Amino acid sequence: MGNDGELVIETHGLTKRYRNVVAVDDLNLAVRRGEVFGLLGPNGSGKTTTILMLLGLTEPSAGTVRVLGLDPARQPLSVKARAGYMPDEVGFYDELTARENLIYIAKLNGLPRAEAYQRIDRALASVGLSEFADWRVGTFSRGMRQRLGVADVLIKEPQLIIMDEPTQGLDPEGAREFLEIIRDLKRQGITVLLSSHLLYQVQAVCDRVGLFQRGRMVLEGTVYELAQRVLGSAYRIHVEADGPAAEIIWALQKLAGVAQVSQEGDRRYVLQAASDLRAEAARAVVNAGGHLLGLNVEAPSLDEIYARYFQEEAHGTGA
Amino acid sequence: MAQELEITRPAREGSPWTGLWAVVAKEMADHLTSVRMRILEGLIVLTAAGTVYAAMQNLRQTVGEDRFLLLKLFTTAREPLPAFVGFLGFLIPLVAIALAFDSVNGEFSRRTMSRVLAQPIYRDALLMGKFLAGLFTLALVLTAIWLLIVGLGLLGLGVPPSGEEVARTLWFLVASIFYGGIWLALAMVFSIIFRQPASAALASIAVWLFFTVFWEIVAGLLAQSLAPVQYGFAEEILRQTNLELALARISPDTLYGEAMLALLQPTIRSVGLLLPIQLQGALLGTPLPLSQSLLLIWPQLTGLIAATILLFALGYVLFQRQEIRA
Repeated sequence: MGNDGELVIETHGLTKRYRNVVAVDDLNLAVRRGEVFGLLGPNGSGKTTTILMLLGLTEPSAGTVRVLGLDPARQPLSVKARAGYMPDEVGFYDELTARENLIYIAKLNGLPRAEAYQRIDRALASVGLSEFADWRVGTFSRGMRQRLGVADVLIKEPQLIIMDEPTQGLDPEGAREFLEIIRDLKRQGITVLLSSHLLYQVQAVCDRVGLFQRGRMVLEGTVYELAQRVLGSAYRIHVEADGPAAEIIWALQKLAGVAQVSQEGDRRYVLQAASDLRAEAARAVVNAGGHLLGLNVEAPSLDEIYARYFQEEAHGTGA
Repeated sequence: MAQELEITRPAREGSPWTGLWAVVAKEMADHLTSVRMRILEGLIVLTAAGTVYAAMQNLRQTVGEDRFLLLKLFTTAREPLPAFVGFLGFLIPLVAIALAFDSVNGEFSRRTMSRVLAQPIYRDALLMGKFLAGLFTLALVLTAIWLLIVGLGLLGLGVPPSGEEVARTLWFLVASIFYGGIWLALAMVFSIIFRQPASAALASIAVWLFFTVFWEIVAGLLAQSLAPVQYGFAEEILRQTNLELALARISPDTLYGEAMLALLQPTIRSVGLLLPIQLQGALLGTPLPLSQSLLLIWPQLTGLIAATILLFALGYVLFQRQEIRA
């Protein structure tokens, strides 16, 4: 329905104080329709508090929030009817079946019975739980509960889904399946905001990420942008070549987008580049009279960005 | 940079009771199918059957002499069993506490609270729904027992109850439901305060024990120290007794006991002190009409209802202020 640049979540100067602790400090967040946005940060950095304020479950101390163009503090019912929330370690009534749990949620959303049953069947099918619909949730594994959590959110056919630590505690296979579900949601045009501290998984599904630290969003952008900002140049290209070292280095340095070339060992060179310059590097080596033996690129990893950022932070405050 | 924005708040969108009946239906279904309730229901039915049977054995000999046979079914005791109403005095709090002690903290420990509150409903609907579901369940159980006793009476004694008797026992049913309402609301308050269901259950039982067992003694001691009898004047004794009575009536147990007495024993003319002046012109031993008995315990009845509402309001305020992050 809306255009691509439309903002689904927009906060200005959002702040939450508990007595003398500032949980969220002057947060300006913008999430566009259809994107998957990851909130990253150590535990206690304000991710969950931010999410609760977005849903009107906690009142902000200062600042403004717009979710789907609505103010969650004043129109919580409209916001909660359009945005789904999957809390950290989502819980269900163990003594009820999966379907009964979802029927309760459908009733709370005021859905008519026939419509509710259809949506429940569809939601369970889309997370692969159709055959377990009439099993008691008490018998479900962690991964199944997590998927049921997604089905639970899908009942209201939301435009926005907010997930708090969705893949925490899942085994690798469960996590992989779950990430596939998130990609599927994106394909359906649903905007997803997820918080996590599992960097690899965030990197795998998120279009953009925001790095939280002590209640502030200290970095924001695509993983690539963050890498450029934190690591300098995002890509490390390993070149293995025989031939005149000085010429090769000079040729590589001339390439547009190369920040630094260093020689590591006899025939190994490492390029710090802003993009994947393997083809250009190969040509440069050959033109400089070298024999190209190997070429390898290391994409920026969020892990590295995260580690480096907090390392620099620590040094910065220590100095 | 962070500018402080005055958040002016117009009325909240929509009704606070959106989703109320969905909550009531779900909670009642939970109560009625839970093992906990089955055990308690079994206990009450056994008690009712046992005491009423015992009462019938006694009443058989006097059928025809008594105008209020149905009421006698409730109040006649046969050693070593107390009367049915005596049992109710502690079965009702037990059931009410069992229904509510984990109502709010249970949602937190199952981690369902934030998921439920993320639906388009207000907290008001959730708390009210839980309370109403508890009250309805209690009413359902008590009404079933009431019908059981009336039925047993008809079968066993063969004397149909008069309209007045039925009306009296129905009022007694109302008093019993609200007496349960107090303990329900109390257990709910504790389930909001304590995160552990066990703590909430223990706290509720402690308060209940305090009022049933100790409050009478405490009221007596307080009255003695606050209004001592120094010279033995009649006014002094009267003042002390009145104070003791007033203090005792803080306990819902006393209120319920007095309401029960006046409703089920039509000959009771006063639940407090009875001065000779008040008895002038009275025909001793003649029963009061229902309207007069009701007038007598009207303060007790409204007191029971008011206490239920106050406790619920307290829980409501506490719950609204609670942080929901589990």
